[in-house]
Amino acid sequence: MAHTHDHDHDHDHDHAPIEEAAGPPTEDEILEAALRELLIEKDIISAEDVHRQIDAMDSRSPALGAKVVARAWQDEAFKARLMEDPLPTIQDALGVDMTTPLELVVLENTDEVHNLVVCTLCSCYPRMLLGIPPAWYKSVAYRSRVVREPRAVLAEFGVTLPEATEVRVNDSTADLRYLVLPKRPLGTEGWSEDDLAALVTRDAMVGTAIPRVSGKESHA
Amino acid sequence: MGEPRYQPGMKVRVNVQPPEAHCRTPYYLRGKTGTVTEIAGIYPNPSKLAFHKPGLPKIPLYRVRFAQTDIWQGAEAGGDTVMADLYEHWLSPEEGA
Repeated sequence: MAHTHDHDHDHDHDHAPIEEAAGPPTEDEILEAALRELLIEKDIISAEDVHRQIDAMDSRSPALGAKVVARAWQDEAFKARLMEDPLPTIQDALGVDMTTPLELVVLENTDEVHNLVVCTLCSCYPRMLLGIPPAWYKSVAYRSRVVREPRAVLAEFGVTLPEATEVRVNDSTADLRYLVLPKRPLGTEGWSEDDLAALVTRDAMVGTAIPRVSGKESHA
Repeated sequence: MGEPRYQPGMKVRVNVQPPEAHCRTPYYLRGKTGTVTEIAGIYPNPSKLAFHKPGLPKIPLYRVRFAQTDIWQGAEAGGDTVMADLYEHWLSPEEGA
């Protein structure tokens, strides 16, 4: 029990702290609740459908993407299939349903080109693979600055690239979603897929980080 | 629309035209010139989908590459680029290309 303060009411049950945002619900929250309740009341969707969808979204996480990247680093044939036909290849490899009306495009980072991903219009993100985008990805600051001064934004993420490397910002404006395939760090020869996957962070798959071995810059 | 009008390598200009709802063409690229790198497929028109219409006829979608220096005044010279996905009815052939 977390209570350390002294008070005289008497209860014998544990309870977790109740976490609710301070203040009244926002307009969007009220609108969402009203719409959801109406759709359920009119039998268009069920509360179970909503929960199933939330569960499905929560089941996607950067760990899935990291596994895909690690396998592509180890297996040239897999990488070729991944670049050519990403969603079916990922579905086969992970056994995770990748059915979506969207296309996934894999962007390979090389010495010549460093890709990063943004959606300047909203928050388009490869959710089918990586789950919910981080808050900074949806921020106006990231979305407006990264297309205009990508190197300055990258520097704030701790990434500095050679002048000769083209920084290519991919704006997910339409029906395509983007996954960055980062460069495999030097010094990882012979590593297992799990050990490689552990180097692949969410940000590396957005292009705002570079996988490193023990905190050391992975490339010259 | 039938066959895609543009092919990879062709220069195109993003139209400055009334922005239908949910057009997916970012404001910062309107009037800018880029190069088609890929025909990404044929997709329902997002402006029609936004109104629960089927979005037909479907429209070719292109990946278009822009040089930073062609988008922003005062951008540092260099090879940095922006790629965007743009629907055919938002593009025109760049004159002299």
